[in-house]
Amino acid sequence: MRLINRKPGRPFALFLLMVPFVLALIAYSVGSDIRLAENPADKLLPAPSKIAATAERLFTEPDKRSGRILLWHDTAISLQRLGLGVMLSALSGLIFGLLIGLLPHLRAMFSGFVAVISMIPPLAILPILFIVFGLGEVSKVVLIVIGITPFLIRDMSQRTLEIPREMIVKAETLGASTATIALRVALPQVLPRLIQSVRLSLGPAWLFLIAAEAIASDLGLGYRIFIVRRYLAMDVILTYVLWITLLAFTLDWLLKKLSQKLFPWTEASL
Amino acid sequence: MSFVSVRDVFQFYDGRPILERVNLEVEEGEFISIVGASGCGKSTFLRMLLAQETPTRGSITVDGNPPAVEPGLERGVVFQRYSTFPHLNVRDNIVAGESFRRPWGRFWGAEKKAARDRADETLARIGLDHVADNYPATLSGGMQQRLAIGQALVARPRILLLDEPFGALDPGTRLSMHDFLSELRDETGMTVFMVTHDLEEGFKLGDRVIVFDKPRWDPHDPSAYGATITYDFDARNGGFPYQTIKEETHVLRPN
Repeated sequence: MRLINRKPGRPFALFLLMVPFVLALIAYSVGSDIRLAENPADKLLPAPSKIAATAERLFTEPDKRSGRILLWHDTAISLQRLGLGVMLSALSGLIFGLLIGLLPHLRAMFSGFVAVISMIPPLAILPILFIVFGLGEVSKVVLIVIGITPFLIRDMSQRTLEIPREMIVKAETLGASTATIALRVALPQVLPRLIQSVRLSLGPAWLFLIAAEAIASDLGLGYRIFIVRRYLAMDVILTYVLWITLLAFTLDWLLKKLSQKLFPWTEASL
Repeated sequence: MSFVSVRDVFQFYDGRPILERVNLEVEEGEFISIVGASGCGKSTFLRMLLAQETPTRGSITVDGNPPAVEPGLERGVVFQRYSTFPHLNVRDNIVAGESFRRPWGRFWGAEKKAARDRADETLARIGLDHVADNYPATLSGGMQQRLAIGQALVARPRILLLDEPFGALDPGTRLSMHDFLSELRDETGMTVFMVTHDLEEGFKLGDRVIVFDKPRWDPHDPSAYGATITYDFDARNGGFPYQTIKEETHVLRPN
């Protein structure tokens, strides 16, 4: 039997799913053991048990100076920045994408502009954002918006253009106006794709968030990681990294479920 | 003046002629089948009838009105694929046939209820009432095309344009779709243009079968000349012409 036709059974698939995770954990533990055996005070690869203890401390014990549990505050502020930035981007990506995809005049005017704008490396203009918007919340949200909106606009306009012409013509023969075609034909068909594109752009969004927080902030997940770097506190960094990974994964999963719930027709087939 | 009048229509793509000097007069209520080899401009001609494209030269008028510049309510269309809206369930697809002309493309309140009831009646008539709440993607090809035709008809177009509507269906389904289309046509008396690859289907359903072909052919440059209507068959009475007695005579008429 060809390899392409061999499929794992369900229990074996679950086992295969776990393998890389377990291997990574083992590799880390072994590396950590070797280093700690040489030097019990080694900070680079703290033992998994130490990370667990640190995580417990970070999640439950308040900071001695401020009396707040910093991790939760960091998480709240970071998610707020991320959510605000991603939502603004999604909204403008959707609106501009639909308009550019549907209206030839706007397409002629803006598609080249958006293509050029999307090539600007967002981190390169971060200093400008700090100068223009100050070091507060706005510059961080704006960095996320600038970072992912051009991609979303291009993707949404492309998806709008991919709606079969037949469908648009059919709507025209039913007497639909441009607005009706936009709202009743194009919008419902690109919304599921918007969620997909947002899922894809969550990675860059986290990148821009952490970069902005690392450079200028006084609270936030990225800020915390870069501040404890000074003390080589790998246990704290690793806890935060794992926590961010979990948050990102959960967000992605929630968006996927939301898409399935809101747009059952995308999965409908015989 | 006939109902649909095509006068000296030429169509060029990038300077290449696709259609040359097409003339056609169609009376209201006629069923025109359009056949021809691939690449002979059948679908181009249908798109021009639909006003999705405007001819390079010449004009197409319906009922003496000025030539249309974009598809509108007076023309209904069913394509081979993509003729229904995948994000609306079957009932809402039918409702869309009436509601898309409204300002927001939808009905509200009591009107909405009435429209849904009308849609259910339509669905019962076209035999899709048992799948009213399903999405089109869950229907078979024949059911999807039936839905597309029903949706086009509730908008009450004056001309129905069909672009190989049964091309993707299996032979059995195709036969039942023929009956379905004939019934609907007898009920509505609509003018129909149907592009098809199937000659038998064309003669069976059409009152006239028009053939697109290239009258001139340059073997060194096959795209030098465009196609035009080369035959216009009378397809009534099983394709045998001169079967209807037009004059009042003393001869006993067959009934």
